[in-house]
Amino acid sequence: MNLATTYDSAMKQGRVQQDATVPAVAVEDLHKSFGSLRVLSGISLSVSRGETLAVLGRSGTGKSVLLRLIIGLVEPDSGSIHINGQDIAGLALDRMGEIRKKMGFLFQHAALYDSLTVAENVAFPLTHHRREMSRSERADWVGQLLAEVGLESGDLEKMPSDISGGMQKRVGLARALTLEPEILLLDEPTAGLDPISSGEINELILKLQRERQMASIVVTHDLHSARTIADRLALLSEGNVVIEGTFKDLQRSDIEFVKKFLELS
Amino acid sequence: MSVPGFTAVAGNPPIPEPQTGLLSAIAISATRVFSGFFEWFGSLGIFSWRILKAAVTPPYEWRELIRQLDEIGSKSFPLVALAGSAIGVVISLEARYSLSRFGAKSLFPATLVYSVIQVMGPVITGLVVSGRVGAGIGAELASMRVTEQIDAIEASAINPYRFLAATRILACILMLPLLTLAADACGLLTGWLAQALVEPLSFHQFIESGFSGGTFNAFLPPTFKTAVFGLIIGLIACFQGMNTRGGAAGVGRAATNSVVLASLFLILADVVLVKFILVFFP
Repeated sequence: MNLATTYDSAMKQGRVQQDATVPAVAVEDLHKSFGSLRVLSGISLSVSRGETLAVLGRSGTGKSVLLRLIIGLVEPDSGSIHINGQDIAGLALDRMGEIRKKMGFLFQHAALYDSLTVAENVAFPLTHHRREMSRSERADWVGQLLAEVGLESGDLEKMPSDISGGMQKRVGLARALTLEPEILLLDEPTAGLDPISSGEINELILKLQRERQMASIVVTHDLHSARTIADRLALLSEGNVVIEGTFKDLQRSDIEFVKKFLELS
Repeated sequence: MSVPGFTAVAGNPPIPEPQTGLLSAIAISATRVFSGFFEWFGSLGIFSWRILKAAVTPPYEWRELIRQLDEIGSKSFPLVALAGSAIGVVISLEARYSLSRFGAKSLFPATLVYSVIQVMGPVITGLVVSGRVGAGIGAELASMRVTEQIDAIEASAINPYRFLAATRILACILMLPLLTLAADACGLLTGWLAQALVEPLSFHQFIESGFSGGTFNAFLPPTFKTAVFGLIIGLIACFQGMNTRGGAAGVGRAATNSVVLASLFLILADVVLVKFILVFFP
């Protein structure tokens, strides 16, 4: 029995409290292919509570696949993924659900439920996981969340198709925060937005991170956004991490690909 | 130097390319069709198992189930009633003509009742619901799949097999027998009306004559076999929808395939179920 399994066992029995030195998300030697297309070739990285890691790279380098692997929507071919020290490989759907309650995911196009209103979208996780809440408590909670992401009470009853892309992202972010997650995964939060809206989303992410101290992984190809919100950056190329560090580390790098990426961004 | 039928690799002798004649091509295509056939059934089997596991473990999605009962049941009622009414008139007209030729007009009520309740009512209800509900579920779930809404449900720690599929399939199973009863009732009513307009026949006399000599065994099994039709419609539509790929074209394919495959399997199941009923409910 290896250390990870012993730790998992102890965690489940409540004999071990969440260790501050254990990363919130730890990915080791992750491989993933789709048919003959190899997307990830041995990625390793980790993120701790209160830290934001930006994952950068060209389109098609597996950035979004990495997030989907972490939240368990996709199974890796090999490698390990630990969430708060617990190995999530091969977990059944319902057991994975317990881990997902501690995670929030903002999809690239928000993925709002188009048959529900803005308020119902944000309340959706609450109606399933906080059944003890009364309707008014739920409404208050949703109202506070939407105010936190900069939406007004007049937007609550609108349908997703009636609001702008930037507002959809904010609603998606509010929904991701509904269950007060410890880990936040953001897939291209500023994609498709104008510079002003992008700046507002960046500020919002920074504010939320300061207040909630989550472990956040942001996938983006927007270097400016990454510099603004992330503590560390990881640059992917051909399924591997080419460099990981602060923005200054990237600027000091002699690696040709890194120099080209920074120059053209 | 290139040689037809050989692949050149620098520094190596030419490698002969495999020659595919007509028979080889047919064999390859047939293999693909057969393996695709078994893969489809295998995937459907895995999907069914996941839904069954999700359906029998809490927390149960009662609110969503009730919503689907309304969506599938009460909103299909007008269409099913119309279809049943039309069938009643058609059988009435055809039966009167045929029975008159053989001097068996007195058998008209029983002919209509047995034709509607045992044969036409269940099949027509199944096909109508397959078209309306099958296409609706297939398109809705396919659209949710391609816009990542199902992924969002799963990422919110909600089991999509329980919330989306099990509720819809259970609603189809519960509603089909009730809709069939509605179609049967409308069919018998309009069938009687079509006859009564030509030859006076009281409704009381029609019902008494039509159901005489019959027991519950003659009428209940054909009605409840539609629960199996509901299972087929719900399962195929959910499977097609939740496994969609390919954007808008994929959504269209899912909706079409849901209807076509559900209708096909429904008709095949009817053949098996009729035999089953004749053996176990003689």
